[in-house]
Amino acid sequence: MADLSAARQPPRITACGLVRPLPSIGRYILRGGPLVIAAAGNALGLAISQTVCRSWVNVNRAALCLGPDEHLLLGPDALEIAGVLEPALRDLSHSLVDVSHRQTALEISGPHAAAVLNAGCPLDLDPAAFPFGMCTRTVLAKAEIVLWRTGDDIFHIEVWRSFAAYVSRFLDEAAREVAF
Amino acid sequence: MLLIECPYCGERSELEFVYGGQAHIARPKNPADFSAQEWTDYLYQRDNIKGVHAERWRHTHGCGRFFNALRDTTTDHFITTYKVGESPPAALNTAKVGP
Repeated sequence: MADLSAARQPPRITACGLVRPLPSIGRYILRGGPLVIAAAGNALGLAISQTVCRSWVNVNRAALCLGPDEHLLLGPDALEIAGVLEPALRDLSHSLVDVSHRQTALEISGPHAAAVLNAGCPLDLDPAAFPFGMCTRTVLAKAEIVLWRTGDDIFHIEVWRSFAAYVSRFLDEAAREVAF
Repeated sequence: MLLIECPYCGERSELEFVYGGQAHIARPKNPADFSAQEWTDYLYQRDNIKGVHAERWRHTHGCGRFFNALRDTTTDHFITTYKVGESPPAALNTAKVGP
């Protein structure tokens, strides 16, 4: 099978310093009820719940609650996440799907990060309305993204791989207007 | 921009939602007992209300959940939204609600 790892890398962004591609990581979508969420949280060492738009981080693992029964799990190694979860969830009705290569991650940072995102995203990104740790699936211009605030001025963006070039160029163009 | 209140995520832009048709239409338990006309009515006949309408919406670009909304079709004003399985709020129960 052809080696597609180069094609899976997000595009390099050079025109502005706000947006940078993040290294590839493992990703899973976990769907299930309260029992599944509790068992997965125990196995991963994360105190996850069904509170929508919240995130939990433990060293290099993270869980983002995208919906009442949907969590996006991030970690450095997809196989490791699966190895931890499979025994814990074996007897529970659930869905665990590896989406590591479906999407890629970008990070936008700096005092203008929220203003740049708001060029294409209608969410209120004021820290009072979208505080540190909040995450959600939303839209950026014509693409769907998962937006996660990982710092006062830092946002983690998960975007489907085929939309990565569009999203990064859109942010690049917005940055030139807003930030420079 | 119109803001719609998702019962799970809170107020979001209308861009994140899609319309899902009239709400509170229960699938018949025994379709085999239905006449062709009754089945046709269940499948295709919908109210066309001028005023407060109970309808389904889906937060497609958010939590992905379906929910119900009471919307005034003349003003496009969302009176309230509530989760699937819940009844429309009693005080606002002026909408024509199906079986």
